[in-house]
Amino acid sequence: MAVRVLMPALSPTMTEGKLAKWLKREGEVVRSGDLLAEIETDKATMEIEATDEGILGRILVAEGTENVAVNAPIAVLLEDGEDASAVEAIINQGPAPVPAPAPPAAAEAKAAAPRPAAPAAAVSGDVDPAFYGNTKSITVREALGEAMAEEMRRDPDVFLMGEEVAEYQGAYKVSQGLLEEFGPLRVVDTPITEQGFTGLGIGAAFGGLKPIVEFMTFNFSMQAMDQIINSAAKTRYMSGGQMTCPVVFRGANGAAARVGAQHSQCYASWFAHIPGLKVVAPFAADDAKGLLKAAIRDPNPIIFLEHEILYGRRDDVPVDPEFVVPIGKARVVRGGSDVTIVAFSRMVELALQAAEQLAGEGIDAEVIDLRTLRPLDRETIAASVAKTNRIVAVEEGWPYAGINAEIAAVIMEASFDDLDAPLHRVSAADVPLPYAANLEALALPKVEDVVAGVRAVTYRD
Amino acid sequence: MARTTTQTRKARSTGKRSGQAKGAANSARTAKVKTKARIEKPKESREQLLGFYESMLLIRRFEEKAGQLYGQGEIAGFCHLYIGQEAVVVGMQANIEARDSVLTSYRDHGHMLSCGTDPKGVMAELTGRRGGTSRGKGGSMHLFSKEKNFYGGHGIVAAGVPIGNGLGFAHRYRGDGGVSLTYYGDGAANQGQVFESFNMAALWKLPVIFIIENNQYGMGTSVSRASASPDFFRRGEPFGIPGHKVDGMDVLAVREAGAAAVAYCRAGKGPQILQMETYRYRGHSMSDPARYRTRDEVQKVREERDPIDHLSNLLFEHDLASAGDLKKIDDGVKKRVTEAAEFAVADAEPDPSELYTDVLAEA
Repeated sequence: MAVRVLMPALSPTMTEGKLAKWLKREGEVVRSGDLLAEIETDKATMEIEATDEGILGRILVAEGTENVAVNAPIAVLLEDGEDASAVEAIINQGPAPVPAPAPPAAAEAKAAAPRPAAPAAAVSGDVDPAFYGNTKSITVREALGEAMAEEMRRDPDVFLMGEEVAEYQGAYKVSQGLLEEFGPLRVVDTPITEQGFTGLGIGAAFGGLKPIVEFMTFNFSMQAMDQIINSAAKTRYMSGGQMTCPVVFRGANGAAARVGAQHSQCYASWFAHIPGLKVVAPFAADDAKGLLKAAIRDPNPIIFLEHEILYGRRDDVPVDPEFVVPIGKARVVRGGSDVTIVAFSRMVELALQAAEQLAGEGIDAEVIDLRTLRPLDRETIAASVAKTNRIVAVEEGWPYAGINAEIAAVIMEASFDDLDAPLHRVSAADVPLPYAANLEALALPKVEDVVAGVRAVTYRD
Repeated sequence: MARTTTQTRKARSTGKRSGQAKGAANSARTAKVKTKARIEKPKESREQLLGFYESMLLIRRFEEKAGQLYGQGEIAGFCHLYIGQEAVVVGMQANIEARDSVLTSYRDHGHMLSCGTDPKGVMAELTGRRGGTSRGKGGSMHLFSKEKNFYGGHGIVAAGVPIGNGLGFAHRYRGDGGVSLTYYGDGAANQGQVFESFNMAALWKLPVIFIIENNQYGMGTSVSRASASPDFFRRGEPFGIPGHKVDGMDVLAVREAGAAAVAYCRAGKGPQILQMETYRYRGHSMSDPARYRTRDEVQKVREERDPIDHLSNLLFEHDLASAGDLKKIDDGVKKRVTEAAEFAVADAEPDPSELYTDVLAEA
């Protein structure tokens, strides 16, 4: 019986890819394990192996085709004796069977990723339009790579180090092309030795350089927590202002998709707790670029939290190499009058989607992207709450002593008299992140949770 | 590499040096001293040798005074004295230049002084006063001098080692020929990040000298109870890092080993490890009752291996200095330390407005 070959997912967050090359021709015999094709994603190029046997009856997706969705049929394998009619029969059979439920996070990313400069990213009034001369549509991944390249061109003391940043071009391809342009002295592949290379980066910063230290993900920064806090954050104070530590620690933070508890944690509140650090967590690509440039130019140790699921997100980003977004300023990404939703990183996407849905119900939500978690832009939050009198705080991390808890305290201190309802928190479930798709979806904040939170504070339940 | 000779002899200093300042080291000097010392004439100039003597004595008198001030409640918290280990830092620092970097752990008073910092500022930091080198905000364990390229002063055991590696990385990156002197103790030597640092230093040929000050005890635990092998200098072997064991009680042995290591690093050949065999006379910190070793053990080291007696004996042996010459130095050192203590006690505490300064640099 004829079988369809489907576009495979090569990573937990992959939603589409390029069919770069066919390694078998129509009519050729295919055995299980044979290399069938080369697939390119924005992260990597990989070969796919056949799992079924037969004759390659028809290639459905020509080589060179971009944006082929995961699980789309790309070829048909025939058994001995079957002919073209079998190909037609199976193609006309209807949609491809979905082998497993798609990971919910990936599905959301799929919904978000192709949207070019969605309302989400629309430039709002609080951003100086002077910055936005010419723009181009690029991904968060490209924005981060450009930020590093521009700052490395601008300042010879800036260098990048981390695992797989150079020859591999970055585990998430953020540093693609940097080795080629800047060479191995300035784009340094490190051994897997977080405590050692974090301390080394800090020492290099004390010695006058401006290191960008990439953690493949922030989960691994736990190995280096002592260096970040005791050495990077505190030394300026302990030295009476003599020492300066201009280092940026950056990498993916938070839950990707289906990678289990040890690789899926939001560390925002951990780092935001520490005096001597600044903590930045951008959402849109323009902010990713402008804030990373600001972080590299800043003389202090900066924690720069990226999100794997946002790397493929696209926005209009200014091309001016002097486009820098100031650290410490939140951004009103959607104006509204009935309720304030504050969020950061990927949760801004959920907040915007919730706001869209709520608009249909006649609730006009204002969405604030915090962008910087330390120092927190209290003024922008308080000004919004003064107007809306209601607030929902959204974060991907755990509720206990989280960023939302800090927002709640800020609101108590600054906006108590403005409130018409208690603040509502939307956070991850207070459990290690489970692997099973359904449990993972239950554990992470969802658009419906934000919508429900808004209904609660507006007493619409 | 160790230059300790096996000869034991009586010092001839007893009679000549009467009348000098009383202090912890004096009991060793005025008794019948049996110092295991070299007898060959030093290569160093008289001025250089007298400089070593003065630097070591400054550390010792400074630390003795710090101990007294601690007893009087002027210094608080953790305070780790360097008494007994003076030859290590003085011998090593003799080899470096202004472009080089120095970093150590929390037993850092001697290193800070050896970098040429004014004892007044150091003592005032110990008493937590505004004239302290960190304006009173660091304390005994967190001494820094950006001006002298002294990068601290690190309180978490072994955490300074990767940072010293990073200073070496910066020297290599700039190609400025500088070397990073990264000091740590036998206790820190077993931390994982030390081995991580060895690996990267060897991989990238960083100009770093890893100086293990083996004072025989990590707090109250002797080396034999904490380390599967006491040969710390061999711990770089799997990484191809040459190591040497040095008599850390002999300032000239330290200087010679240090000179070779600095030349090696400057030539771009990569890191080196120097294991300094030394001894601390006092407890781990001021609150250490030191029940893990006997008085006799301490006394024996003081009598036989004291680094300051060792050098003064050598000076006398080769007629490079008279008792009067040393007395003059002793008096000068004593005066500086007394002035430092007076300043550190009289100086005002930091202004309350200092609480919120120096957290972040101005962006």
